[in-house]
Amino acid sequence: MLIAGQSGDQLLTKPEQLDGSATSATAQNKRPASRLHVPQPPHRENGETSFGNPKLSPAGATRKPDVASKAVDLRDMAFELVRVLDDDGKALGPWNPGLSPDQLREGLRKMLLLRVFDDRMHKGQRQGKTSFYMQATGEEAITVAQTMALRRDDMCFPTYRCQGILITRDYPLVDMMNQIYSNAKDPLKGHQLPILYSARDYGFFSASGNVGTQICQSVGWAMGCAYRGTDSIAAGWIGEGSTAEGDFHNALVFASVYRAPVILNVVNNQWAISSNKCFSGVGDSTFASRAIGFDMPGIKVDANDFLATYAVTQWAAERARKGLGATLIELYTYRAGAHSTSDDPTRYRPAKEVWPLGDPVDRLTKHLKAMGEWSDERNAALIEELTAQVRTAQKESEAIGTLGQSKPSVSVMFDDVYKEPDWRLRQQRQSLGV
Amino acid sequence: MANMNMLQAINSAMDVMLERNPDVLVFGQDAGYFGGVFRATEGLQHKHGLHRCFDAPIAELGIVAAAIGMAAQGLRPCVEIQFADYIYPGYDQIVSEAARLRYRSAGDFFAPLTVRSPYGGGIFGGQTHSQSPEAIFTHVAGIKTVIPSTPYDAKGLLISCIEDDDPVVFFEPKRIYNGPFDGRLDKPVETWAKHAASQVPDGYYTVPLGKAATIREGKDLTIIAYGTMVHVSMAAVEMAGVDAEVIDLRTLVPLDIEAIYTSVRKTGRCVIVHEATGTSGYGGEILSLIQENCFHHLESAIERVTGFDTPYPHAFEWDYFVGPGRVADAIRRVMAD
Ligand SMILES: Cc1ncc(C[n+]2csc(CCOP(=O)(O)OP(=O)(O)O)c2C)c(N)n1
Repeated sequence: MLIAGQSGDQLLTKPEQLDGSATSATAQNKRPASRLHVPQPPHRENGETSFGNPKLSPAGATRKPDVASKAVDLRDMAFELVRVLDDDGKALGPWNPGLSPDQLREGLRKMLLLRVFDDRMHKGQRQGKTSFYMQATGEEAITVAQTMALRRDDMCFPTYRCQGILITRDYPLVDMMNQIYSNAKDPLKGHQLPILYSARDYGFFSASGNVGTQICQSVGWAMGCAYRGTDSIAAGWIGEGSTAEGDFHNALVFASVYRAPVILNVVNNQWAISSNKCFSGVGDSTFASRAIGFDMPGIKVDANDFLATYAVTQWAAERARKGLGATLIELYTYRAGAHSTSDDPTRYRPAKEVWPLGDPVDRLTKHLKAMGEWSDERNAALIEELTAQVRTAQKESEAIGTLGQSKPSVSVMFDDVYKEPDWRLRQQRQSLGV
Repeated sequence: MANMNMLQAINSAMDVMLERNPDVLVFGQDAGYFGGVFRATEGLQHKHGLHRCFDAPIAELGIVAAAIGMAAQGLRPCVEIQFADYIYPGYDQIVSEAARLRYRSAGDFFAPLTVRSPYGGGIFGGQTHSQSPEAIFTHVAGIKTVIPSTPYDAKGLLISCIEDDDPVVFFEPKRIYNGPFDGRLDKPVETWAKHAASQVPDGYYTVPLGKAATIREGKDLTIIAYGTMVHVSMAAVEMAGVDAEVIDLRTLVPLDIEAIYTSVRKTGRCVIVHEATGTSGYGGEILSLIQENCFHHLESAIERVTGFDTPYPHAFEWDYFVGPGRVADAIRRVMAD
């Protein structure tokens, strides 16, 4: 095997020297040896800040097919980009979901709440209040719009960046913080790493932390819905980097074979820690197009566009609820922040990489303003209100304690391994005197 | 009551549970229309319908993952992995997901699924149809591991597994599906028909998880085994001519530790037998527990008789297989000490 930079390089013949038809011994000697290709992102930390030239369909230009369309007739959708909001904040084209101003303001409120919450918790980690945190900065429209387009009884199989689902469903912020601080009131009894929440009553499946593992479970949940004859559905999320896992392929197989009422969401935020999406084997293709070989619709959407994200999710949910099977959605976005509090993106990507599709909060704000339904004053007041809300919750949670100051009773360390502890767990608990 | 071999008993367990509980469903590769490569699910689709017992893609990860999603919702999937040798693609889902779901969610979600899989050697299956991977499951907190050795136990235990609220791996010793093979190759093939434990109730009954069975009472030494090795051990006792107590664990996790301690404290000597490779095998765990808790009752060193630390070979099936001769030799050594 030849690796770039090794002395073997000079043995290689440039491809243009070949005339592919030659079969003589000399011509064969000149055949270019295959070289190991190691992909590289367009730019690294010292490189340009422009994002290159992603294919962007103009807002409003992509067709909106009937939900009952056959997957074979939807293949083009996987290579377009569904967009509704244009640069001036106008909503264009057939995918405009026609949400009321109140609904739009609710979406904005939830996105901002998520952003404020993330900011406070990120800072909290920096102040030593917990071990770990992950923000969803720049990706807020995904969980908020998608959750609003789903029904409350639809089960969501989240990644670690899906806290917006809980926020949109009004899960108590204090309980999220208690979990983040692993304090005495942690609803998960200190068993789980910060941010990997679980909230069955809010349709939020226990987040794993092992990437990709839950996407096929969402298909199983959906199969269960269909088996039981209900019209609730499931939705699973996976990062574009994690689509490289076998779990993703298995999820597509099961969703296709059993026509499961599930929405499979690939959050393509361009980066998987320091690995660019080029390490997911997508090349010049799209993640949405992974669906095509499974006879499933694959739709790529501008996920910094609240309206487009809502509309595409609503379309897929309706299709699933009608028994027409799964949809794969590629949510095209950009991870604006670090991967996690343990990450420093300035060591592998341009510090000010400019995402051509803007910021989801700014774009929805602009739209509401263009409608005459929002103002700078109202925006400032809302941010103030949400900041106060988060601060109040934080005070309440920190009164119980942050990581290390407060924790659940050590005896609960042995709870929930099995429904009932066996003799080993009882003995081990006793050995600690708890 | 009917006379059943182990496959019929396993089939009957699923049949009874499909009948009793609409939340139970069965799926696996070739498990639907065809009834499974060993016929364990034969007739279930025909009787209970396409939605209750169906075929699955050749994707063990997906089979387990889908079962977890269903189980978390309240269903009770009982899935088949065609051979234990093919469970590894689903291993991550069992270990990282099913086993930990209850713990990491503090009881908010749990996954009552049963993973059935034929395991063990003695069928000239080579390394892809003979493995005994139980110890890589017993090592994991949050799952239960069950291995029957008779038709009666197989049905009663499988029903318990399906009704259990924790994930269970149920390994079926495929060499004794059709008869209580005890490793004596010179003996004519024996079916289950004459064995007392082939008398199986037609309907519902359970054998509890976590309870060992004393197959033979004795005072000279304790033999601890499970699966096919229970029968091999019985043959070895006959060959060695000792009054051994033979314990069939039936459930590896949770382990019936009292049954082991009581017997070893009585006999003072112990041989542990399993087909799986010795290193880090489940026998090592049992040996340690006995050493820690019965040391003063021991009159000789404990011996393990296990598979050799090679992959499962083909041509050397009967050199590799833990037969009654090797077990009898160990018995004699332990008795001589
Ligand atoms: C099975 C597994 N392998 C590796 C990791 C370590 N890891 C955590 S996040 C991550 C990157 C995932 O990137 P992506 O799927 O694109 O999601 P994103 O973080 O960009 O939202 C990796 C490799 C893990 N958690 N689980």
